[in-house]
Amino acid sequence: MFQLGYLVRKLASLLVTLFAVAVFNFALFRILPGDPIRLLARAGNLNAEAIQRLHELYGLDQPLPIQFLIYLRNIATAQFGTSITYQRPVADILAERMASTIVLLFAATILVVVVGIVLGVVAASRRGSRVDNGAVVGSLIFWSLPTFWTGLILIFVFGVYLHVLPVSGTSLPGVTHTSWIAHAIDVGRHLALPTITLALVDIGQFVLITRSSLVDVLTEDYILTAKAKGLSRRAVIWRHGVRNALLPVVTTTALYVSLIIGGAIQVETVFSWPGMGRLMYDAVLRRDYPILEASFLIFAVTVVLANLLSDLLYQVLDPRVRQA
Amino acid sequence: MAPETRSSVVRIARLVWADRLGRVGLLLLAATFVVAILGPIVLPFDPTLVGTSAKTILAPPSGGHWLGTDELGRDVLRETIQGAQVSLLVGLVATAISMLVGSFIGIAAGYTLGLADDILMRLTDFFLALPTLPLIIALAALFGQSTVILILVIGLTSWPSTARIVRSQVLSLRERQFITRVRSLGATDYRIVTSHILANVLPLIFANTVLVIAGSILSEATLAFLGLGDPVHVSWGTMLHFAFETGATGRGAWWYILPPGIGIVVVVLGFILSGHTLDRILNPRLRNR
Repeated sequence: MFQLGYLVRKLASLLVTLFAVAVFNFALFRILPGDPIRLLARAGNLNAEAIQRLHELYGLDQPLPIQFLIYLRNIATAQFGTSITYQRPVADILAERMASTIVLLFAATILVVVVGIVLGVVAASRRGSRVDNGAVVGSLIFWSLPTFWTGLILIFVFGVYLHVLPVSGTSLPGVTHTSWIAHAIDVGRHLALPTITLALVDIGQFVLITRSSLVDVLTEDYILTAKAKGLSRRAVIWRHGVRNALLPVVTTTALYVSLIIGGAIQVETVFSWPGMGRLMYDAVLRRDYPILEASFLIFAVTVVLANLLSDLLYQVLDPRVRQA
Repeated sequence: MAPETRSSVVRIARLVWADRLGRVGLLLLAATFVVAILGPIVLPFDPTLVGTSAKTILAPPSGGHWLGTDELGRDVLRETIQGAQVSLLVGLVATAISMLVGSFIGIAAGYTLGLADDILMRLTDFFLALPTLPLIIALAALFGQSTVILILVIGLTSWPSTARIVRSQVLSLRERQFITRVRSLGATDYRIVTSHILANVLPLIFANTVLVIAGSILSEATLAFLGLGDPVHVSWGTMLHFAFETGATGRGAWWYILPPGIGIVVVVLGFILSGHTLDRILNPRLRNR
C-alpha cells in the first residue's frame, strides 16, 4: 500500500518533529522562566530534602546538554515528576485522567463528522437555496461561539432551568449500579451535554470545509459525465462527489485535533469532567508546573501524530498521490 | 496611507457592504466600536464600587442596575461595557503583532528562497503543528497575568498561518514581469520588497487579518475564563471566570452569564462575517460560491 521510501521519509520527519517538540518543551519550562525548582519554590514551600530530590531527578547540577539527556530519559520512562497539588507522580494522575478525555473526544468527533458531512453535503448539493444559506450562516454563528460560554448556557438551560440532564462529573456520585446497562445509561446522560457543547462549536468549520470542497468537485467534468450516464442524483453526489470531496477534508485532521483539544480543555472545565483538560485548568489555577508541562507535551505529541495519520490516510485515499 | 491604498480600502468596504452577510458584520463591528469608545464615558465603571449588603450581591436586574450585579455587587452593564475595550484592544494589538511577524517571515522566506526559506518554513510548520490552546495556556501561566503578556502570547503564537499565506503570494509575485522589470532597472532588494511586494501582498492578506482578529479575541476570552486574565483590566472572559467560579450558573444568575458572552459573540461574529465576505471578494476563485 505504501512505498517503503515514503514511509521511511515520513517516519524520519516524525522523529525530527518529536525531537523539536521535546526541545521546545524543555526550553519552555526549564530555560525561559528559570529552573523547575524555582518554579516549584514559587508555588509552595519546599524543604531541603525535597529540593535535593528534585536536583537528582532533573540533574540540575549538571551542564545543560546533560540536563537535556536526563530530561529525555525521564520522558522515555514516563517520569514527569511529582504534582505539587496532589503530591503524587504526574504519570499516575495522567494515566487516570486520559480515558475520560478520550471518551469525550471520541463521542464529539463522531457527532461532528457525521452531522458535519451530512449538513455540508446537503448545503453544497442545493447551492444557493435557503437550506444552503441557512447552513452557511449557522456555521459562521457557531464558529463565533466561545466553547466555555456555550457550555455555561447549556448548563443553564438543561441543568438549572429544565432539570433534564446532569451538568457535572461522569456519573451519579455514591450510586452503585445493579447492572452495566444502568451504569452505561448514567455515564451516557453525563456525557450528553459536554459532547453536544464540544460538537456544536467545532461543527461550523467542518460544515464549511466539506461544503466548499464538494462545491468545487461538483463543477468537475466527471460529474457531468456521471450525470450524462443517467446516474441518479443521489449516486452522482455521494458516490462520485462526496468520495472525492472528502480528500481535502482529511488534510485538515491535524487542525481539527488541535481545535478539539482546545475545546475539550474548556468543556471539561465547565462540566467538571475529570479528564486531562480539567486537570490542566486546575493546574493553571494552582500553578502546578509539572502537570502543565506533561499535559502540554502529551497534547503536542497527539497533534503531531494526528498530522502523520492524516498524511498516511491521504495516501490511502488518493491513488494519484500514491503513484507520484 | 497612500491615496490609492485608501481608495482601495473604501472600494473593498463598499463591496463588503453590498453583501448581506458582510453588511451585518460591519454593523455588528460598528456597534461594538461605538460601545467600546463612547460607552465608558456615558456609563463609567468603578471596580471599587462594591455592594454593601448581601442583597446587592448577584442581584437580578432592577431600576438601579439594568443588568443586575456581579458577585461583588458591582453593576454588570457598566462592567460589560468596560470589557469591550479590553477585548478589542487585545484582539487588535495581538493581530497587529501576528501580522508583522507572519508577513516578515513569509516575505523573507518567499523572496530569498533557498536555505533561509527551508529553515523558516520548517519553523512555521513546527509552530503550526503545536496545539494552540495548550501552548498559550502554558505560556500565559509561565509569564504571569497582565494584558501585555496576553497580547504577546496570542500575537506571537498566531503568525504561522499568515506566514504561509504571505509566502505563497510572494512566490507568485516575485516572478511577475513588473518585478523583473524593476529589478533590471537596478532597484535594490530592499526597495523591491518594501514598495512593490508589500503593496501587492497586503490587500490579499487583509481577509486573513480580519479572521485572525476574531481568533485573537476568542483566545483572550478563553485564557481569561481559564483564570489567566489580567485582574486589573477586567475583560469579558474575566467576568465569566468569576461568574463560573462563584457559581452564578447554579444560582440562576443569567444576567451575569449572558451579557459578557453575547458581547464576545457579537464582536467575533462581526469580524467573522466581514472576513468571510472579504475572502469571497478578494479570492476570485471563491467568488461564485
